[in-house]
Parts: sequence; structure tokens; C-alpha cells
Amino acid sequence: MDTKEIKIKIAKRIAQELKDGYVVNLGIGLPTLVANYIPKNIDVIFHSENGIIGMGPKPEEGKEDKDIINAGGGYVTVLPYGAFFDSTFSFGIIRGGHLDITVLGALQVDQEGNLANWMIPGKLIPGMGGAMDLVSGSKRVIVAMLHTDKKGNSKILKKCNLPLTGIHCVDTIVTERAYFDVDKEQKKLILKEYNSDFTIEEIIESTEADVIVDDNVKTFLIE
Amino acid sequence: MLEKPIITPKEAVDLVKDGDSIMFGSFLVCGAAELLIDALAISDKKDLTIICIATDYEDRGVGKLITAKKVKKAITSHIGTNPQTQKQYIEKTLEVNFVPQGTLVERIRAAATGIGGFLTPTGLGTIVQEGKEIINVDGKDYLLEKPLKGKFAFVHAKKADKFGNLQFHGSANNSNLFMAMAADITIVEAGEIVEIGEIDPDFVHLSGIFVDYLVKA
Repeated sequence: MDTKEIKIKIAKRIAQELKDGYVVNLGIGLPTLVANYIPKNIDVIFHSENGIIGMGPKPEEGKEDKDIINAGGGYVTVLPYGAFFDSTFSFGIIRGGHLDITVLGALQVDQEGNLANWMIPGKLIPGMGGAMDLVSGSKRVIVAMLHTDKKGNSKILKKCNLPLTGIHCVDTIVTERAYFDVDKEQKKLILKEYNSDFTIEEIIESTEADVIVDDNVKTFLIE
Repeated sequence: MLEKPIITPKEAVDLVKDGDSIMFGSFLVCGAAELLIDALAISDKKDLTIICIATDYEDRGVGKLITAKKVKKAITSHIGTNPQTQKQYIEKTLEVNFVPQGTLVERIRAAATGIGGFLTPTGLGTIVQEGKEIINVDGKDYLLEKPLKGKFAFVHAKKADKFGNLQFHGSANNSNLFMAMAADITIVEAGEIVEIGEIDPDFVHLSGIFVDYLVKA
């Protein structure tokens, strides 16, 4: 699989976590792809941190409105049931626990549910944007990420060593190889599903974090 | 005298002194007062402190001021879309104070509304926590965050009346509203300036009492 296919696979799996009526925030990049694979017959309400509930798809060419963008700066639309508001209200929605699911990318994640995704000191310093608020306020935080870095090293660690975005905030990690739930009490990851292109042993080997294989472990629920 | 002075971008920038702090409404240029930013970028002002959600792009929005080396310190949540900000920050010619976005806008709201600080879970256990008081309320920890404001707010609105009543459009409101309310001097660049009474009071997003000057976009 090339990277694009891998990302689509991850996005499709996460999309199956969405339920009818959920209010959802998708991060920039891979998480945004989730919107393309919403299960049929359900309505999911998208929140955008810059002040939109009911964010819709990209407008047709020529119909862009420069005042209606998503958190990545791309043109979007607003659906008939939508609403606009200022940033303090938008982050009130986030911190207030009104988002059912937030999906974000990660540089590193660990078995305690800690997340690092906002800087690599001296190298890459984008800033946290709204990520720290999103992970502290959402009912459920799902990390969408590639299982390893370009050199093949695990990005799913015992303990993150980059500056953190949030502590004990990640509930679920979905990669191209595995679906883990974070057991914050035991400080371990529970392997719930895996990609049958790999063996469970291979997945455990490519994951630095401590992994418990769930009794009901299944292969990935993707068509 | 209800009507606010309508001035040019150049006249607005002339009000600014070296070293002043300015809040800019904008989220990746959406809702940015672009004429005011352009006028400031070509002015001789320097050593500014800017407060903004993101430093936008190196050639668009607030980022133009970074590129033009007008800024000494940026208080912001995101610089990832502006390589100039990252370069000057790494070279230590620009100070960047990172604030989580929700905390940044709420600190401005606190300054605007006379709140002495607020408690938020955002940033607990991260470097954002450094030097801040942790307060436990009913078994849950929060960081104490304090108000933040600038001397000026450079704000954009879709429509203003001559009193300064504002209407925003789409996602271009973002930080504009509370920055306008928090600043000592608020200058609004409006897409359209209409007579008093032409905006239905039911649909005024921000009262003109917070607006000092109008600029026609």
C-alpha cells in the first residue's frame, strides 16, 4: 500500500466510529479524510474550530466564499442547519464537552494516552493551535496516524518524549495495522482489531508500547 | 456625536507607536483587516507585539508583518503556515509566546469583560502549565489563565454602520469580536459602511460603542 491508500484505510475505519447525530471535529490532514467515508443513512454534524457548526463539503468551483473556510484554511460550505460564531464560543463548545469525537494526527502517542503533536524542538514548530483544547474537552479522542515513522520506528511508545499536547487524553489509536483502545488504568494498549496483512506478533513487535491482545480481537472492520 | 471618524489605512497606522501591542482578528487571513495590515507592513513602525490566532502566511494576512520585520513578539497559537515566523523564531530574532487557541481567545474575552482570570483544563501536564497556578475545583485540576489585551485591535467586519455597529459574515468573525471589545483603541476595516439604522438592531453582532475608527475596505 502507498501512503495515500494507507491513509484512506485509516480514515475508513475511523468513519465507522461515527454515529447518527454525533458532533465531530476532524483535525487537519489525515483526519479530514474521515468525512469522505461516513456510513450511509446517518447524519454527522461537523464542527470547525474557527467558528462553524454544520460545516459542509468544498464548494463548487466559482462558488467559494472567502469568509467561509475550515481550520486548514480551505474553502468549505455551511449546511442549511449550520451556524457561525466567534472563537470564544467555538472553544466553549470544545472545552464544554459538546463534541462527541475529535480525530487528530500525532507525532507520538503513548500507552498512558498521552499525545504529542505540536512541536519537535529546534526542528518543526507549528504550535498547538486548537489541539490542546480539543483533547482536553472532547468526549472521545481518536488518534489517526501511521504506525511507524519513515525509518520504521514505532510512534506508539511507552512514554512520549516530545512536548505533550495533552496528558491521559487519547481513548483510541487507529493505524494502518491496528485499532487500539487505551486502558488508562493499566497504562496499556488493548489490541481490538488488526490488519490481516500483518500477524498479531508483527504488530506487537512494531509497537513500543505494552500491548494486551483483547480476547475478542478481530481483523479490521473495513470492506 | 454618534458617528465614528472614517479614516484611511495610513491615518490608522499613524496612530501606532513603535513597540505598541496590536491584536489582529484573523484565522488564516479569513477575517483579517488586510488594508490595515498592508499599510502597517510598509510603514516605518517597528518592535510591535502582535496578538493573533495564527501568523497566517508569509505573504498574506498578519504574516506580512513578520516578513516585513515589524514584529518583536508574537502571542499566538499557531505559526505552522508561516515559514518566516518559524525562521525568525529559530534564529531568535522574533519572540513567540505560544498559547492554546481556546485559552488565547478566552484570555482576550476575560480582558474585554472584566474577568480577572479563568480556570481551564487545557494545557495541564504540558509546557503551557509552566509558571501557572493549578487550582483544584471539586476534585478536578485547572490552570489559572489571566486576561490578555493589546493597546489596539485591527478588526475586520463585513458591514459597519457609521456608529460602528458591526456585522460579521461566515467564519470571519473568529477573534474579531472580543479583540474589538478588549482593545483601548479599535479600528475596524469594514467591507461596507452604511448609515445608522440600516443594520437591524436584532442583527448587530457587536455594538458600535467598542469602535473608535472606521476604515473602508
